[in-house]
Amino acid sequence: MIRVALRMLIGDPTKCLGLVIGVAFSTLLICQQMSIFFGLLGRASSVVNDVREANVWVMDPAVKTIDVSYPLRDTELPRVRGVEGVEWAVPFYKAQVQVRTRQGTLENAVILGIDDASLVGVPDEFVLGGIEDLAMPDAIAVNPAGFRLLFPGQELDLGRTLELNDRRAKIVAIVDAAPAFAANLTIYTRYSLATQYTNNGRNQLRFVLAKSRDGVAAEEVTRRITEQTGLKALTSAQFRWESIHYILANTGIPISFGTVVLLGAIIGVAVVGLTFHQFITENLRQYAALKAIGVRNLRLLRMTLTHAGFVGVLGYGIGLGAAALFFSTVPKKSDALRGFYLLPEVAVGVGVLAAGIVTLSTLISMRRVLSVDPATVFRG
Amino acid sequence: MNTDTATELAVDCRGIEKSFGEGETRVQVLRGTDFDARLGQMTFLVGPSGCGKTTLISVIGAILSCEAGEVHVLGSDLRRMKKGALADFRLANFGFIFQEYNLLPALTAAENASIPLVARGESNRDAERSAEELLGKLGLEGHTAKMPAQLSGGQQQRVAIARALIHEPRLLICDEPTASLDAASGHNVMELLRDVALAAERAVLVVTHDHRIFEFADRIHHMSDGVIESTDEHPNEEQDG
Ligand SMILES: Nc1ncnc2c1ncn2[C@@H]1O[C@H](COP(=O)(O)OP(=O)(O)OP(=O)(O)O)[C@@H](O)[C@H]1O
Ligand SMILES: [Mg+2]
Repeated sequence: MIRVALRMLIGDPTKCLGLVIGVAFSTLLICQQMSIFFGLLGRASSVVNDVREANVWVMDPAVKTIDVSYPLRDTELPRVRGVEGVEWAVPFYKAQVQVRTRQGTLENAVILGIDDASLVGVPDEFVLGGIEDLAMPDAIAVNPAGFRLLFPGQELDLGRTLELNDRRAKIVAIVDAAPAFAANLTIYTRYSLATQYTNNGRNQLRFVLAKSRDGVAAEEVTRRITEQTGLKALTSAQFRWESIHYILANTGIPISFGTVVLLGAIIGVAVVGLTFHQFITENLRQYAALKAIGVRNLRLLRMTLTHAGFVGVLGYGIGLGAAALFFSTVPKKSDALRGFYLLPEVAVGVGVLAAGIVTLSTLISMRRVLSVDPATVFRG
Repeated sequence: MNTDTATELAVDCRGIEKSFGEGETRVQVLRGTDFDARLGQMTFLVGPSGCGKTTLISVIGAILSCEAGEVHVLGSDLRRMKKGALADFRLANFGFIFQEYNLLPALTAAENASIPLVARGESNRDAERSAEELLGKLGLEGHTAKMPAQLSGGQQQRVAIARALIHEPRLLICDEPTASLDAASGHNVMELLRDVALAAERAVLVVTHDHRIFEFADRIHHMSDGVIESTDEHPNEEQDG
């Protein structure tokens, strides 16, 4: 009877297509929006992620996210170094600057100043150049997306210069840093240069990066730092989540994405549910005939589940395929979406959702199939 | 085509009560109706419109339950059976021919005709092969792969007949099988039913208004206002003689 069920469904190509498109559309929309949403959240913590050597971040107690920092006194650095269990601690500077491009446009840039001596705090994936090049005079490293923003249409290369706060800056390396939340252009440079590029050399420590000694838990170190310095200290993971939480709590992003996802789900349920209901209603007489012939309710139920399952699997497959296609093409071409990809968790989650849409539609229509009176087949 | 002496009963109903609706709108359709049909015979049920013929054969066909009375069909007491068991019983023993053919428009003639076999668990391929064979016997050779919409009314009717007969049911129940056919086609259909559906261990029940086919009846029950008023035991002998 499975085949009969499939033939019934395909025998009504308009509704079949409507159902498949309904599921596919919802799947695509939700997959795409959720992946971008999680990608954005990832950006909120990308700077924290990219600092691999340190596992403890120290900051002003009021700081809630990597994107909004507040100056610390210079003397805090040696105090942190003095805390038991800290293997090393280095200064880390972060600020936003506006860069004037060759085209005369202004672009936001995140400038990250790393310890002059140790050069700790730069991700280790270099596209061009290397970390040691940052020791050169006026040396900066930029991310590929930033480079393309500064020099549209040009191949990645080294040696180009730009002006930051009336000072010369020379690109000596291209580093594969994930785009930050606040800007697509990320600039790495030495701490001493970074302060000059942003506030004319006034020494304004923003973060202290530290590493816990082997055998001492990072959490324990953060507790001790807070105790002894009065500063806020978080492990990298804690800071990452706090930065993400800040975005969730303080921007319209969750609401805006949540709305789209909800609409996608509602439209999915509405389109699929109504179309399915109509399909079942139109075929009720056939179901009644099958019932009269002696097909048990359970088998009729299995037939409706077959309709729904077919639509669900096909629609989900198409929607997922379209989403995968989107993420395998668009982010490569657009730096605004760089680093965004179809998260497997999202794909699975949306699969569950699609199954839910389809099951709900079946449940709504099932009652009619179960309750249709076989005796109606004798009436005209 | 059969004598009436000591023939076993295919259907034996006593005192059936059936009503529809409740309260003010309640209609009592069957009022203590008695009805029987014998194996090896074609039994007709005739009567004015609305007298309860369809209701009665629906009860006999186990697709409608009644409120009181006894319904014995092919030796089984239908009123004692549960819903699922009744479905199995229908699939095993009954063939239905509806006035509206109720074919599945998305299935070919052969697929439509094969449904009872598929429902019984036969493979699609075997079932369709049997269906093609039977459709051939019914004069639909070369039409087995067509959709119902590509067939004439009479051809669709024969597909419906094939579907009703493919599993060789012991009781064939027909409601106005010739109502939408012209005289010649109606005659053909009845001949077909007599030849294919009737045997010593089988019975055919026909509800009809169509006097042109009365000649096929072995017995005719006349129904009026929910009860059998009279029965012609030898309708055609009387006519002939
Ligand atoms: N499901 C139902 N709900 C309410 N009333 C019904 C229902 N089915 C039948 N009836 C009523 O029962 C009575 C008998 O109907 P039935 O269909 O058995 O008549 P019939 O003898 O087959 O008539 P016809 O020759 O026109 O087909 C009619 O008055 C009809 O309106
Ligand atoms: Mg009727």
